[in-house]
Parts: sequence; C-alpha cells; structure tokens
Amino acid sequence: MKNDTGISAARPSAGSGDGNAARRNSNRPKYSRFTQQELPACKPILTPQWVISVFTLIGVIFIPIGVVALLASNDVVEIVDRYEIACVPPNMTHDKIGYIQNPSISKTCTRKLKVPKDMDKPIYVYYQLDNFYQNHRRYVKSRNDQQLRDASKANETSGCDPEKTTADGMPIVPCGLIAWSLFNDTYSFNRGNGEAMIVNKKDISWKSDRDHKFGSDVYPKNFQNGALIGGGKLDPKIRLSEQEDLIVWMRTAALPTFRKLYGRIDVDLKENDIITVALENNYNTYSFGGKKKLVLSTTTWLGGRNSFLGIAYLSVGGLCFFLSTAFTVVSLVKPRTIGDPSYLSWNRNPASQ
Amino acid sequence: MATERPLLDLSPRPPNPAADILKPIPSSRSSRRSRGSRGSLDRITFAPPPTVIRYGSRAESDRANASQKDIPDEDARLVRINDPTGTNEHFEFSGNSIRTAKYSILTFLPRNLFEQFHRVAYIYFLVIAILNQLPQLAVFGRGASILPLAFVLFVTAIKDAYEDYRRHRSDLIENNRTAQVLTAGDFRPKGWKDIRVGEIIKVQSNETLPCDIVLLSTSDPTGVAYVQTINLDGESNLKTRYAKQETLFRTPEKQGLTGLIRCENPNRNIYGFYANMEIDGKRVSLGPSNIILRGCELKNTSWAVGVAVYAGRETKVMLNSSGSPSKRSRLETHMNRETFLLSALLIVLCTLVAVFTGVWLAIHKSELELAQFFRKKNYSNHKGDNYNYYGIGMEVFIRFLMAVIVFQIMIPISLYISMELVRLGQAYFMIQDSNLYDETSHSRFQCRALNINEDLGQIKYVFSDKTGTLTENKMEFQCASISGIDYSNGKASVPDDRGVYSVIVGDQYWRPKMVVKTDPELLKLLRNRRNTEEGRSASNFFFALSACNTIVPLVVDTPDPAQKLIDYQGESPDEQALVYAAAAYGFVLIERTSGHIIIDVLGDRQRFDILGLHEFDSERKRMSVIVGFPDKTVKIFVKGADSSMFGVMEKNLNANIIQATESHLKTYSSVGLRTLVIGMREMNRMEFEEWHSSYEKASTALFGRGSLLKAVAANIESNLSILGASGIEDKLQQGVPEAIESLRQAGIKVWVLTGDKQETAISIGYSCKLLTGEMIQIIINSNSKESCKKSLEEALATTTKLASMPPAAETTATGLGAGRTLALIIDGKSLLYILETELEGELFKVATSCHVVLCCRVAPLQKAGIVALIKKRTDDMTLAIGDGANDVSMIQMADVGIGISGQEGRQAVMASDFAMGQFRFLVPLLFVHGHWNYQRMAYMILYNFYRNSIFVFVLFWYVLYTAFSLTTAITEWSSVLYSVIYTALPTIVIGILDKDLSRKTLLKYPQLYGSGQREERYNLKLFILTMMDSIWQSLAIFFIPYLAYRHSTVDGSSIGDLWTLAVVIMVNIHLGMDVFRWNWVTHVSIWGCIVATFICVIIIDVLPILPGFWAIFHVMATWVFWFCLVAILVAGMIPRFTMKAFSEFFFPSDIQVARELEKFGNINENRVSEVAMSTFSNNQQQSIL
Repeated sequence: MKNDTGISAARPSAGSGDGNAARRNSNRPKYSRFTQQELPACKPILTPQWVISVFTLIGVIFIPIGVVALLASNDVVEIVDRYEIACVPPNMTHDKIGYIQNPSISKTCTRKLKVPKDMDKPIYVYYQLDNFYQNHRRYVKSRNDQQLRDASKANETSGCDPEKTTADGMPIVPCGLIAWSLFNDTYSFNRGNGEAMIVNKKDISWKSDRDHKFGSDVYPKNFQNGALIGGGKLDPKIRLSEQEDLIVWMRTAALPTFRKLYGRIDVDLKENDIITVALENNYNTYSFGGKKKLVLSTTTWLGGRNSFLGIAYLSVGGLCFFLSTAFTVVSLVKPRTIGDPSYLSWNRNPASQ
Repeated sequence: MATERPLLDLSPRPPNPAADILKPIPSSRSSRRSRGSRGSLDRITFAPPPTVIRYGSRAESDRANASQKDIPDEDARLVRINDPTGTNEHFEFSGNSIRTAKYSILTFLPRNLFEQFHRVAYIYFLVIAILNQLPQLAVFGRGASILPLAFVLFVTAIKDAYEDYRRHRSDLIENNRTAQVLTAGDFRPKGWKDIRVGEIIKVQSNETLPCDIVLLSTSDPTGVAYVQTINLDGESNLKTRYAKQETLFRTPEKQGLTGLIRCENPNRNIYGFYANMEIDGKRVSLGPSNIILRGCELKNTSWAVGVAVYAGRETKVMLNSSGSPSKRSRLETHMNRETFLLSALLIVLCTLVAVFTGVWLAIHKSELELAQFFRKKNYSNHKGDNYNYYGIGMEVFIRFLMAVIVFQIMIPISLYISMELVRLGQAYFMIQDSNLYDETSHSRFQCRALNINEDLGQIKYVFSDKTGTLTENKMEFQCASISGIDYSNGKASVPDDRGVYSVIVGDQYWRPKMVVKTDPELLKLLRNRRNTEEGRSASNFFFALSACNTIVPLVVDTPDPAQKLIDYQGESPDEQALVYAAAAYGFVLIERTSGHIIIDVLGDRQRFDILGLHEFDSERKRMSVIVGFPDKTVKIFVKGADSSMFGVMEKNLNANIIQATESHLKTYSSVGLRTLVIGMREMNRMEFEEWHSSYEKASTALFGRGSLLKAVAANIESNLSILGASGIEDKLQQGVPEAIESLRQAGIKVWVLTGDKQETAISIGYSCKLLTGEMIQIIINSNSKESCKKSLEEALATTTKLASMPPAAETTATGLGAGRTLALIIDGKSLLYILETELEGELFKVATSCHVVLCCRVAPLQKAGIVALIKKRTDDMTLAIGDGANDVSMIQMADVGIGISGQEGRQAVMASDFAMGQFRFLVPLLFVHGHWNYQRMAYMILYNFYRNSIFVFVLFWYVLYTAFSLTTAITEWSSVLYSVIYTALPTIVIGILDKDLSRKTLLKYPQLYGSGQREERYNLKLFILTMMDSIWQSLAIFFIPYLAYRHSTVDGSSIGDLWTLAVVIMVNIHLGMDVFRWNWVTHVSIWGCIVATFICVIIIDVLPILPGFWAIFHVMATWVFWFCLVAILVAGMIPRFTMKAFSEFFFPSDIQVARELEKFGNINENRVSEVAMSTFSNNQQQSIL
C-alpha cells in the first residue's frame, strides 16, 4: 500500500499552534486495553513438568490406540489372488496384448481360493489394479460431471477429450477417458461343494453419488462405439444412477495401486473352504504391465487389513515415552531454576571472570 | 550554535529614514494616552507616512556571493498584475482548483490497475495466471487461477477508491471556498477554483490564503503582514511578510495597478522565492519575505492585498505534498536473500518433476498408446493423431512450466501483502500508544514510513542532535555578566507574584507570559542605583536585550479582565528568552512596528525609533540595530556570538571588562549555557549620516545587494564598548539521562552531533550522563590535516592500549568499567579534514572503539557524513534523531530517521520516518515497539516461508505417485484458498499482536534489545531449520495417510481432503505453539481459521459438479481419517516441540529467562544487577544548577 495513504487518517497534526484546544486534546490516544496492547492473555511456558506430562500423556494415549488398531487389523481376513498372468492361455503368453484384443478367444478363467481363516459375512469382493494411474492428470480431468447429472446437458462434453464425441460428431454419454476405461472383468463364486455364492452388487457405490451425481434420467448414449474400446460397455437401457460399477469406477483412486468394490457376499466362510472363482478376464492391463488382483476381505471398525496405523501409533507413543524419560533424566542431571535472572547473559558474563 | 542554526535569524526590518529622527518625537506620555488598541497605536505615527525602504531578505543574504542575476525569460513566469487574461494568454498557468484526488470515474480502472501492477508480487501473480491460460498448461481452472490476484486487486482497488472519494470530497470543499478578488474595480467574492494567476486578491484577518500571492499592500502603513504558517511547516509562531513600498499606497480598486512580475517557475522550496517586479518603470526585486503562500493564515493584520503568482497545483504547498520517504527494512533485504533460495528450490522441484517425466515417458513410451489412463492418440476423428502429446522433449518443457504453476506458492508472494497489513497494524498500535504521546505539545507518535517498523528493533547506533532533541529548546535566561560583574544568582530567588514585573496600562495589568527568575542584586542595582556607572551599563544591557531583536509582542486576554499577558512571538527562541528576561528586569517591550518600538523602561513608557537593522547572517554571526533615542542620540546595539563579538570590541577602553566577561563566558558555557555577547556604541551625527547614505545606497543597489549590506554592517559594527554577556539555559528534556543510560545498557552507541561549542557540548554530555567522570576523553581539535592525522594516530594508540587490557571493560553492558571506557570528542573543523579522505578509516577505528562520541560544531552535511561513515563500514543499523532543519540530511542518511516535532518547525519531521514529541520516547519506541515489531516480523517471515513450502512439499510428494503428471489431490480451490483464507489471518494477527515480553520487562532489562541487534530471530540458520521442519512435517502429512490408505478403495478427493485439513491444522498448530500470548483475538483467529477451513472444505464438497462430491462426509465417517489426522499432528510436531522444549530449558535465551521471570515472579530479584549511577555526573549537574 502506498505509504502516504494508509495512515493519513490517523496521522496527528503535531505541533499545532494555539487555539482549538479541544481538537488538540482529542489527539490523545484513547485508552483501551486493546490499543495499549494489554489484553488479558495466557502465556504458556514449557516448564519441565509440562514437557514431561505432554510426552507422557501422548505416550499413554497412543500406545493403547496402537494396540487396538493392530488387533483390529489382525482380525481382518484377506484373500488376495493375482490372476492376470495365470489367466492367459499358455500359448499366448508371448503376446498378451494380442490375446486380450482378440474377441474370439474366450476370456473365461477359473481360480481356486482357499480360505485361510473363518470369515464372517459380509465378505467384500474387491478388484485391485496395480500401476494403473487413475490419478494421471490427463485421466482425472477427462470427464464432465454436468453431463452425468442432467439429461439435458448431454451435449456438454467439454473436458472429455479425447473421448468426447463419436467419429460422426455425436456426443458420448458418459464421455471422457474415465468412463471409457470402465473395468469389465467379472467374477462369480462357487463354494467347494458347488453351491453358488451370490455376489450382491447393490449399494456398492456411494449413496450420495447415486442420488446427486449420476442422474436417474440419464442413459448411456454412443458409449464405447469408437475405434478403440477402453473397457466395459454399458446397457443403454439402464439409467446411470443404477450403473453402480460405473459409479464406483468413476470415483477415481488416489494412488496408482487401488482397490475398488466389486460386490458383497453375504455368506460366512469357514477355514480351509475352497472357493472356485469363474472370472471373465476382459480388462486390458497387459498394454502397460498392470497387475490385476481379486481380493476377498472382511472388514472391521477400522477398515481393511493394514497394520500401519497400529505400528505408527505404537512407535510414536514409544518415542514420546522415551523423550519424556530423556527429558526427566537430563533435567535431573542439569537442573535449572525456572525464572532465575542469573541465567540472563549479562548477569552470567561478569560472573565468569 | 551559531554555525548550525540562525540564532538571531532576522527578517529585514525597515529603518525609518534619517529625517525622522530630527522630527519631534511624540512623548511617551502621548503614546501612553492613546494606548489601548493596536489600531490606535498605529494612528499616532507621525504625520506623513514614512517612505519605507525595504532591504534584503534571507534569500538574498543566502545568495550573497552570487550577484543578483536576472531571471532569464525562458525560466521565468511573467505575471501581469491585475491582468489575468493577459497573464494567461500565452502561458497555460494552472488554475487554482486543486485535485489531490488521483482518479476520475473514467480513469479509475486503468490507472489503479497500472499503479497496482507496479508491485513485483502482482506481476508474478499475473505471469502465473497468464501461463495458466495456455491450454497446454491449464493446471487450474480459469476461475481458480485468477481468483487470488483478482481478490487482492479488488480489495486494494476498493481501498484506493474509498480514499480517493474522500480526497474528492475535500477537494470539492476546498475548491468552493471563496476569496475577495478584484473584479471590475471592486473586490468581490469568487470561488477559489476560479482564481487565476495575475488577479488581485484581498485577504482579511484570520483568513486562509487561496494561492501564493505577492504582497502589494496591507492594513499596516509600513506594509507588514503577519502570517501563521502552521499548515505549511507546522510552526506556530507568527512570521512577518512585507509589501513593497512601491505598491504599498496604491489602492488597486480605485487607481488600478499594472505591472509585471517576473518570477521563477514553480518549485517546492517553501523558504525561497526569487522574483522582480516592474512597476512604474522601476524594477523592484522580490524575495521570500514578499510572498505569502497558500495555506497560511493572515494574523494580526486586518487585511492584505496581493497578486496571485502561483495557483492550484503550482503553489508551493501543493508541490510539497508528496509522499513519505521510502526505505527498505533490513529484515526485508535479508528476506529477499531467502526468497532467492526458495526460488532456487522451486526450480529444483520443477526440474525434478520435468526430468522424472522425461524418464517415465521414455520408459513407458511404447505403452502410452493403449494404456487407458494415458491414451496418447485421438481416434474420434479417424486421423489417429496424437492427442495432447507433443513428444518427450516438449512434454518435459510443458511439465516444467506446469510445475511452476502448481508450485507457485513456494514463493510467498502473499507475504508481501501480509507484511504491509502487519506493518499497518503495528503502526496503528505505535500511534495509539499513550506512552508515546507528548503531553506538552499534544502530539502523538507518527509513522511516516510504513515499511521499516521492524528496523526499530535492530538499532546499534543512535545519532542524536542536541538542541531541541536532548534539550527542550526552551531557552531560559539564567545569568548575565554586565560590565565584568557576574550576576548569576537568579536561581536563588523564588519567583512569586511580587517578583513578576508588570506594566500598568490604564486599569489593566500587562504581564509577560513567561516568568523569569531574577537576580535580586541586579534588580536592586537597576531600581536604586541607575545613575551609577554600573547601573547605566546594566540598563543599557537590558535595553539592548529588549531592542536588539525581531520579537513581536502580542497582547493576549486572560480570564481576568484586569490582566493581560504579553506573549513575545519570534522565530528565535534565544531572542524570546532575552526579551522575557529584559521584561523581568523592568524593560518591557510593549510594541514593535517596523519603524519604532515602545519599551516600558521601569514604569516609564518610551518610544524609540529603529533607524536601521542589520540582520543576522552566518558569516558575521551577529546582528545590530540602530536606535534613535528620544533625546536625539543615536546608538547602535550589537549582539552576537562571542567569537565574532570580541573582534569588534574596542579593546583598549575596557580591557578589564572584556577579560572578566571572557572568563564568565567560559564558566557559562562550561555549565552548558548558550552565550551571547552584547555591545553598543553611540554614533555621532556625521557617522550616522555616512552610514545612512551608504546603507541607502546598498539597499537600493540592484546587484549584489546582500553583500553590500553586509559590508555596511561590518563597517558600522566596530569599536563597540562591551555591555556584557548573557547565559541562556537550554534545559534538558525530561528523562534524557535515563534514556541515554538505557540505550547504552542495550548496547546501543549514542553519538551526539551538535553545532554547539565544545565546552557546551561536553557539559551537556555530562548532564545527560553521556559522559562520566571515569571516562578517558580523547579530544581531537585540529586545524590541519597533519595534526588531525597525528591526533588520530595517538587516539588509536590509546584505544589499542586499552583493548590489550583484560577484556572486562569492553564487555560489561553498563559500560562503566572503571576508567577503561573512552569518549571521543571531535569538532567540525577536524572532521573537515577527516571525512571523505583517507583518514576516515582511522576515525572509524577510533570512534567504534570509544563508548561515546561527541561531535561539536558540525555542519548539517557533516552530520550526514558521520552517519554515512558508519553505514559504509559496518552492517549495523543506524538511527538519527533530530528536530531541526539542520538534521534533515542526517535523518535521511540514517537507516531510521526520527524527527522530534518540537520548537523548530517541521522540516525534520517531514524528512523523518517516524516523528515523536520527546527524546525519551526513543526508549519505549526501540525497546518495546521496536523489539516487538522485529520479533513479530521476523517470526512472521519465517512462518510464511514454512507455511507455503510445507504445502508445496505435500503437493510434490503426491506428484511422485501420479506418474509425475502434476495432479493434485487437494482441490484447486483449496490450493487457491490456502494462503488466502485457510492460513492468512492468524499470521497477520500474530504479526500485529503477539508479544514475547511485556512492556515492563523490556524496559526493565534494556539488554533484551540485543536479540534484534544480533539478528537472533531471523537468520540463515533459522531459515534452514524451518525448512527442514517443513520438510519433515510435509513427510508426516503425506506419508501417514499414504501408508494408511495404501491398497484401499480410497478416492483422490477423500484423501485430498485429509491432506488439506492436515496441512491447515498443522500450520495453525505450529503457529499456536510459537504464540507467546494467547488472548482472545489469537484464539479466535487460530481456531477460527481451522473452523473456516472445515467449512470451506465442506462447501467445496457439497457442490455436485465437482468430482469430490460428498467425499469429506464419507471420509470423516471413518476412524482411519481421525487416527491419521491425530497421528500426523503429533508426529509432525514432535521434532519441533522436542527442540523447543530442550533448547528453552537447557539453553535458555535471555528472552526465555525474562519470560519465565515475568510469569513466575521474581524469586531472585535481589540478584539483578542494578546499574550504578555515576555519582560524578550527579555532582556535575548540581554545579550547573
């Protein structure tokens, strides 16, 4: 700001002459605790007691949390099966891309999974992709949320490059790379005894997305008609708000290795049960060396299996205990009176002579 | 003193022509009869109005050496008197309407934008925003990228518009005021805005001048007009201006008046005016005493008529209304170094991203076409060309620019704006501080420069003027030496009403406004033994005091109708003191007109003619008046500095008296009094006539008038008999010794630079405790370069000898190590040989090893030279404080210039960065506000670096997991709002309000000021530590959620919201941990900001058109989110907290100990070393009194 303007209103006219005493007296700054910078205030000082208790308190809180989190994580039973290599027929392993691009080759593949521990329902079925940059800048931007919500905005395809329109200029609904690359492997499960396990694919997406983000009057149009097929097709008769696989897919993952919910199995599984998975290996991750995994997992109040938080809390808590002890020890070895003026540098120096 | 300020500075006084003294002079009785009002006094001036000749002016004597040259026509402005049409015919002189407003409605937008973009910060914003508009680089959406710049521009524009609106309004009021302007043979009211150059204007008493006018005539028959220039330079005393005799008796409304004024082009020098006037074929020269400037008020003169020469924006007051000086603070200079480092870091990060991009693209080259997330080719138009892909080289380049856009916040541009706001706030509190309010002058502290607040906390050298700064510049007559007898017992008598001399006028008492203590012996002498030799010289002495000056007495009403006060108005405080003293001894100056004075001599009112007056000039250092007495004798009275006076004394006649006076003078000046010597001589008829003719010749000379007049004066001022000498005390300002002691304890070196004599300077040095008896004085007082060199070498030897002694003396903070401290006293003549020669280095060495430096008899430019000496050779911050025009160069030279708004006008204040009423305010200003400002600003800069870089690092870590494609999980709106809403307010509030220590503690332990001098709060080490801390915290913020959410279903928006909240809470808690004082404002701003961030994130997430819709609610509903948040905050803060706890407890800084003392009381109070006051200096002071 210009120097001469900012304060001019407050600038007093000093040295004013005689007369007009009232004005001059009004010159006196009005007293208030605020203007004199004397507001009541709390002045925290890190005394040893404070430091030690803070460290101890953190330790006391963190370690139990760490233990609980670790236990919760260990309660989770997780079956992970990587299948994208095993599902390539042995004669095609040299040309995986050719295999996946050839529609005449059957993509069906059977996997057998052994349940390591009892699993209580609901059992969540995820697919996990590795090395798939759903957070790539080209990719995340390539969507149009207005089009998804509103049937009248079907022509609104800005930002959807390069999956904007069909070759003859018709708008694609849903447009954009994200929708275009919809994951389309499918799984069906059988118990060892041949009993089919139903995968519940309802309510796998966020309710908020279904209600507000994907319109109930919007239907897929011109979708996946281009020269290059990116992934799954959509039934043009089903409204977008019910295309839950698409809704899940379009909530783009934060990291290049991610899971997405495929469905739920509402059956309890026993230890050593064998599950047969019949899967359609449609999705092309061979072109960029991505991995595909099928994950069956139970869940706890803390989510899936991840011991990191437990370990983190235990280590932070432990560190705090250590620091609190260290501070205690050092302050016993080298004590100092708080607020002793002899520690002021100018009081210290003469004494040293 | 005389060298530096015009002690007896006089405006010319018109002498009556010689003929007058031969005419009968009205008796004092007749004048007494008609006394009562000023008007009646004027009436009694004898019959034909005297033809008044006006001579000389200050400007002319300043120009004495140059002969008076003509103004060349091309440099001149020609003003035809009373012919505005003709005047303005060929020249486009500006009209009198003023425009302080900068904009009109049409020009506001372009001009305001243009001015705003003068700031580098905005250019940076703009370049980034423009880069972002290129489709290939579009990192942020259009709105998000322009918003911050638009916001800042908008806010500033609103502020500017409001200020401009106020200016428009005041312009309108000003322009619509009316003045009496001569139109069609009569003075008629006319709006100010319509006044044109060349018009004749009539101003009544107490009216404000609408433009700069050359006086033509006034109500006073001698053409005097009194003006108050308070609006112009703040001086409240009356100044005299004169109309030229050639125009004095013209009445333009009846006879008309034509003439041509040739004056210099408009300039901003309010003390200079140079012109001549052609009237009736005669050429008359005009000087600054003939012009009245816009903004002045006419006083004590019922009317004045003048011709407008400068109008509107060309008036001197308008030309002078420019902005304040602009300096850059030390902290900001250092900050720029770190900003440079940060730019380097930014470039490193961007280069890393670009290089990684290149590598990644090269490795995955073959996969790009089919990978669903990349899709290199565009198939929608059958051509199959590349979609938004330009080859690796180009991609790398684009990625680099995009990285610059994404990481732009690394350069804390918002910091510059926050700093301006913080300084504004700090300035507000400095202005509002009642401890910096001066009761006597009713002046508040003023912040004129807004960008060096924090420099006040780092001062190492204080250069102080003496008169008016250390002293009050309220002169008080103390003692006199009359005919070799010393009368200095004035102190002994207690003044009461009986002692106050008053004049009885009719049924009224007139009493001098100021009471002067009198010496009873001298009073007795004057009352009872007037006819003795002693009595005669005493009464001559006091007559000289009341006559030989330019003081104008004003009679002021008091609540008591029977009593009136005589207020002596004049430009020189010394003269005022002398006139008050003369009044106290019974010589009351009652009236002064240009031709005569009326003095009540011990109850007998008499009228004396002033026949001639030789003004003061810095070469002669004296002034004189030639007085015609009622008994038709003519006497010349001279007063001046001792050095110049003894040369013109008749030595043979009164050698004894001269000797005695000289020794008295020495005593006076050794106790710090300002001395003047007074002499007189009776002139015989022949002598007078000879003088008169040469005086007249000189004063009518067209060329070299000033030097001719000077020669006339020098000729007549000779062979004087000595009357005596006066001693005037310039009282120390309140609290000066204590202030200097505190400054010294704080490790600030106080140098006093004064124009006074060496003896006076040293004695003032003692009385203000600058010098103590234990100090070894090195006095350098040389007349040649060789002797200078020699004394410097000797001094250097002394200092090295002392330095080789045990270091105790050097380091004790009190500086009173017995006998081992040095004081350097050097005079201006020696400095002449030293400054800007090779001896400078030696002087610097000597001066810096001395604890006190006292420079006496220094010229204004030398003062600046000394400041420059220190500035050139050290990095230490300098502060100059002064009150007079002679301090201006020093004030401007120093890093911080402080003006004392005192008795000597406003020039020092105008040139200063800060202005205040008293020297002692320096202590709270530096120790309290300076310390706070420095501490706050230093912390704020570091914090802003930290705050911005932590955000950039969080973004950067994520970029490593997005195939280096610069995606941000944090929404673009949060990125934009981060430094605007999420984190802006607390740092500004803390920067304005936080205090590490209370005022009391800071004043009690001046040594705490050292933290700023040692740059403890802001240095490269702290910067590096802060940056490391920010890297650690960013790692905690990024990787705790990363590891916790690895292999999970988390979407980018949810984890982005977690990162956003974590960063904001982290930086606010970090700030909170460093806050010294939590008052309600701090609480509101810190917690409020966190809450505001939550609200903003929620608002962003309830907009269905954004991809992150509802993410925050989903993620907040999980335990992992909260566990992550807590773990981030704790893990992030642990290193800082541990460092802080350990260092504060085991290696406490002075400030830390003082904080503890403040909080936990003074358990060990008695161990605080109190400063031993030097008993010697106390004794010294008593001997003065």
